[in-house]
Amino acid sequence: MKFRLSKTWLALVAIALAAPVAHAQDKLTVVTTTEDLAAIAREVGGDRITAESIARGYQDPHFVEAKPSFILKLQKADVLVAVGRELEIGWLPPLIQQSRNAKVQVGGAGYIDASQQARILEIPQGQITRAMGDVHPLGNPHYWLDPENGKAIAKEISDKLAQLRPNDRSFFEQRLNDFTSRLTEAGKRWASMMAPYKGTKVVTYHRSFPNFAERFGLDVIGYVEPRPGIPPSPQHTLDLINEMKRQNVKVVMVEPYFDLKTPNAIGRATGAEILVVPPSVGGVKEVADYFKLFDYDINLLIGALKKVGTQAQ
Amino acid sequence: MRNLGIARACVVASALLIAPAPLRAQTPDAQAMRQEIEQLRKELDALQKQYGDRLSALETKLDAVQAPPQQADAKPPAPGPQEQQPTAPVPPGAEGAGGPGGALPVYGGASAGSKVFNPDMAVIGNFLGAAGHNTVNPAPALAMPETEASFQAIVDPYARADFFLSFGEEGVDLEEGFITFPAIPGGLLVRVGKMRAAFGKVNTLHNHVIPWSDRPIVIDNLLNGDEGISDAGFSVARLVPNPWFFLEATGQVFRGDSGDLFHSSERSDLSYVAHLRGYHDLTENTNIDLGTSYSFGHNPSGIVDDVDLGRFTTQLYGVDATLRWRPLQRSIYRSFVGRSELIWSRREQPELQQGAFGYYISGDYQFARRWFGGVRYDRSSHADDDTAHDSGQSLLLTYWPSEFSQVRGQYRRTKYAVGDTANEFLFQFQFSIGAHGAHPF
Repeated sequence: MKFRLSKTWLALVAIALAAPVAHAQDKLTVVTTTEDLAAIAREVGGDRITAESIARGYQDPHFVEAKPSFILKLQKADVLVAVGRELEIGWLPPLIQQSRNAKVQVGGAGYIDASQQARILEIPQGQITRAMGDVHPLGNPHYWLDPENGKAIAKEISDKLAQLRPNDRSFFEQRLNDFTSRLTEAGKRWASMMAPYKGTKVVTYHRSFPNFAERFGLDVIGYVEPRPGIPPSPQHTLDLINEMKRQNVKVVMVEPYFDLKTPNAIGRATGAEILVVPPSVGGVKEVADYFKLFDYDINLLIGALKKVGTQAQ
Repeated sequence: MRNLGIARACVVASALLIAPAPLRAQTPDAQAMRQEIEQLRKELDALQKQYGDRLSALETKLDAVQAPPQQADAKPPAPGPQEQQPTAPVPPGAEGAGGPGGALPVYGGASAGSKVFNPDMAVIGNFLGAAGHNTVNPAPALAMPETEASFQAIVDPYARADFFLSFGEEGVDLEEGFITFPAIPGGLLVRVGKMRAAFGKVNTLHNHVIPWSDRPIVIDNLLNGDEGISDAGFSVARLVPNPWFFLEATGQVFRGDSGDLFHSSERSDLSYVAHLRGYHDLTENTNIDLGTSYSFGHNPSGIVDDVDLGRFTTQLYGVDATLRWRPLQRSIYRSFVGRSELIWSRREQPELQQGAFGYYISGDYQFARRWFGGVRYDRSSHADDDTAHDSGQSLLLTYWPSEFSQVRGQYRRTKYAVGDTANEFLFQFQFSIGAHGAHPF
């Protein structure tokens, strides 16, 4: 009996140890830094990959902790997709370094900087200093909030997957084409939904929405943060309230990971709607994929704009 | 491209010249002539197509040269780091371990010029003040005990290097300087150089990242204080595969010199450190980090007139535990870290072997985006006298104006084995400029 028990244990341990190995051989293991990239990777990779994100969609992607459990994920990864533009500067480098995985080292065979073909806004010109707050010298990293950039990210991922699995090239290309055309269709729909509100002035908490605003014709006139990464100060909040009143701004967009105290105070002072707008897939439960991200955000925005009756002049 | 155009025109012209000739010759063998013409036409078409293809290929190449440089995707897949050499990432954006981007064109643009290969540089100032009463171990009223300068970059496709120079009031010291090979076959992480040893938690941390203004008493008494076990040597760390949790084993060999803790009188007097670290996510927000450490080396207690007559050794055993809580959605506003380290020292010395023991236990709670409160309890005997106990309590308040600066106040009450009980208020300003790599968790 004792012998049988130990044999069972041995078998269980052997299965447990063997399982991840067998799994890795079947599908490409894609690890992404954010859920948006994982969602796009799934669109392109279909059932030939597994995609998993390090950060959650409701988490501030600038401040993810470099937990050792993520090292294990990276150790087994065939592909690492990063947002780039120094978004992950505070936590991804030590994870990569400790991953012991040559494939996911920067410049490695499985490393993708998804920003390479994307349209990047707010690239600082001239001298930059930290007096400007936590500026990103390589431009605003929140570029995935433009469906056109979604296509560029998908192309990057598809090319890499095809490179690593040449036999599946046509599969990935076909899925990329399918994703791109669905995104084009959806993009037209979103654009027509937002068309009546073109030029609407809004305020956002952090500079998370420049690509979204550019694509859908919003005019971001100010930020709750006085400078990127610097929490709101009373003087700045007062100035912002006055500016919002002057320009008749009726919507404040807040990322789900920021405190609502200051935005709510601004809302009370200006009558503006305070919207918690997820900038990422997984930011709220309903936003399960890249399409739903825009569906949700646009519907939320339009609902609020109708309510406050702010339409383009 | 112009030459190709001319060539194409010549081919077309000559084909036209050839083609009419058979047409003019009205021989009875017209059938054969027609076939010949047909054949020539085909050849001409093929030739045209060939030139067309070559032309478009050249145009594509030209576009690629003129277009903004692209990521290394166009390359064939490179199975290992050896094959990436031609397109190795450029280090300037490479903060911390490996850096962002990895695309030569992004960071290596013409505008960056010769600075492109400069390492990331940062300077971290640490200003300390002390007020109150301490007759046993008084710190200066105002001091700039350490300024750290760091230089970090990728060396080549196989390694990165980190240098930390410490500018103190007494001079400059190489706090750490090592090369790391992050992708060695066999899943090893290898480091060579001078480094802080992987004994417990606090010993691995630089002064600017410890959550207090001082180091706990147990570190001062048993682990060589601020300097800690920090020595020249090499380190090999390996992940121990298992399906349940993160487990890392580290083995380190050093020259054997760490202040009063270890002293090497002969070349063979090396010191050794072994560390086993387990980590597990209890929930999405909570995790636990456990470690055990061991260290061995020669101590200086048997040295008489520069000769190590005693050949005495010290063995250290350590256990550390860290519990962290940080709700993901509110991660920038709330967090808690509870930590403790227990250290046993077995020190041979002329009189009698001393078995000292000490520990600290601390908790830090972040109650606002920029505010942290903390408590710490310390107790430790002395490495050379296990009957002498020091103990202490601290209360801390830390404020972060931004990620790059920090102000801290600490009330500390220390009861020394010999001497008056000290009541002190310590205050600290820390400020960082430049690009300092992210710290490991």
